[in-house]
Amino acid sequence: MSTSFAPLPTSASPSAAAASATTESIRFAPTPQQTYLMRIGDSCLIHAQRLAEWSGHAPILEEDIALTNLALDLVGQARALLTHVGRQTGFDEDQLAFLRDERDFFNFTIAELPGRRAGRDFADAVLRNFMLSAWMHVSWAKLAQSGDAEVAAIAGKAVKESRYHVAHAGDWVVRLGDGSEDSTRRMRQAVDRLWPYTAELFETDAVDTAAAESGLGPVRAALRVGWQAIVEPVFADAGLKIPASGAFRSTGSRGVHSEHMGYLLAEMQALQRSFPGGQW
Amino acid sequence: MTASATDLANANANAKVQAHEWPLWEVFLRPKAGLDHKHCGSLHAADSKMALQLAREVYTRRQEGISVWVVRSDQIVASDPADKAMLFDPMEDKVYRHPTFYELPPEVGHM
Repeated sequence: MSTSFAPLPTSASPSAAAASATTESIRFAPTPQQTYLMRIGDSCLIHAQRLAEWSGHAPILEEDIALTNLALDLVGQARALLTHVGRQTGFDEDQLAFLRDERDFFNFTIAELPGRRAGRDFADAVLRNFMLSAWMHVSWAKLAQSGDAEVAAIAGKAVKESRYHVAHAGDWVVRLGDGSEDSTRRMRQAVDRLWPYTAELFETDAVDTAAAESGLGPVRAALRVGWQAIVEPVFADAGLKIPASGAFRSTGSRGVHSEHMGYLLAEMQALQRSFPGGQW
Repeated sequence: MTASATDLANANANAKVQAHEWPLWEVFLRPKAGLDHKHCGSLHAADSKMALQLAREVYTRRQEGISVWVVRSDQIVASDPADKAMLFDPMEDKVYRHPTFYELPPEVGHM
């Protein structure tokens, strides 16, 4: 297994424990199959968190509602996968979402990059939404044939949602890419910023291979052709050029995240860590 | 500024705002098969494709419908509220317009 872990804390000093009011993190050593599923579930969850940041800030009221609707679809998908993993490891979905440390999240880095915060543009949100939705759609379509019956059922439901996500986000990519001078410029900048992070989406590693061998789901490289078949025509319609591939590789799926991830988790997990087991 | 100059300035400002605003669309939903589409609200959208998508987002989030119609609000021809009395009041006192004087055989059930 290629996944690496930060060393477990040896013994926290009592004073440090007393000073901290937050709940302790959960830790477990996932199997490759569990890591494989958390990569997808975590990508849904973290992307949902980024989309939800647009709540109250999208350019128009109707799109504001649309983005949070999409986020809720993604939360539903994340819940299903994390519940499934949790059942095998003795945790519930909330513990997995809110009590894991940064290094134990396996989402693709592209999902965690700053959204509305940090001065990023609506164009970035639109483009990421499109490129990730396209990946999810191709992935769900293949996972619907998973040897794991529960994963197949989750995917069968999610593929309908992702199909709409691709249509909705792709529509915006064309509108902005082929829109005004200003929107075209911003969309091209978003492509330059985000495209390098798409390489990670198709890099097969030992986790993928183990998942494929056990019949759980496809290796990432197998998703590229389907993804390109969705992305390329929309880019062409939008008048956007696909950049040349570079050497940069992001590593979120191995638990090594960008500097933005810690802030995202701090906000996402604050409530559950301050009020352990809190329900609404 | 004279009154007419103010009016002109306001008209220009309005035209400018309107040129930057997306048109308004009326949304009709069919709650389930066999029922009619019913008007449920309106929204702003740049074109028909966006209007359909946003109608889905705004008005069908809790499974309210299985089919959506959208139509540009400015394409709807509406009766003038001032004509309400002329158009609709004359029907009020003409019970013979309603077929309520027939004896229905019980087998017919609800009409």
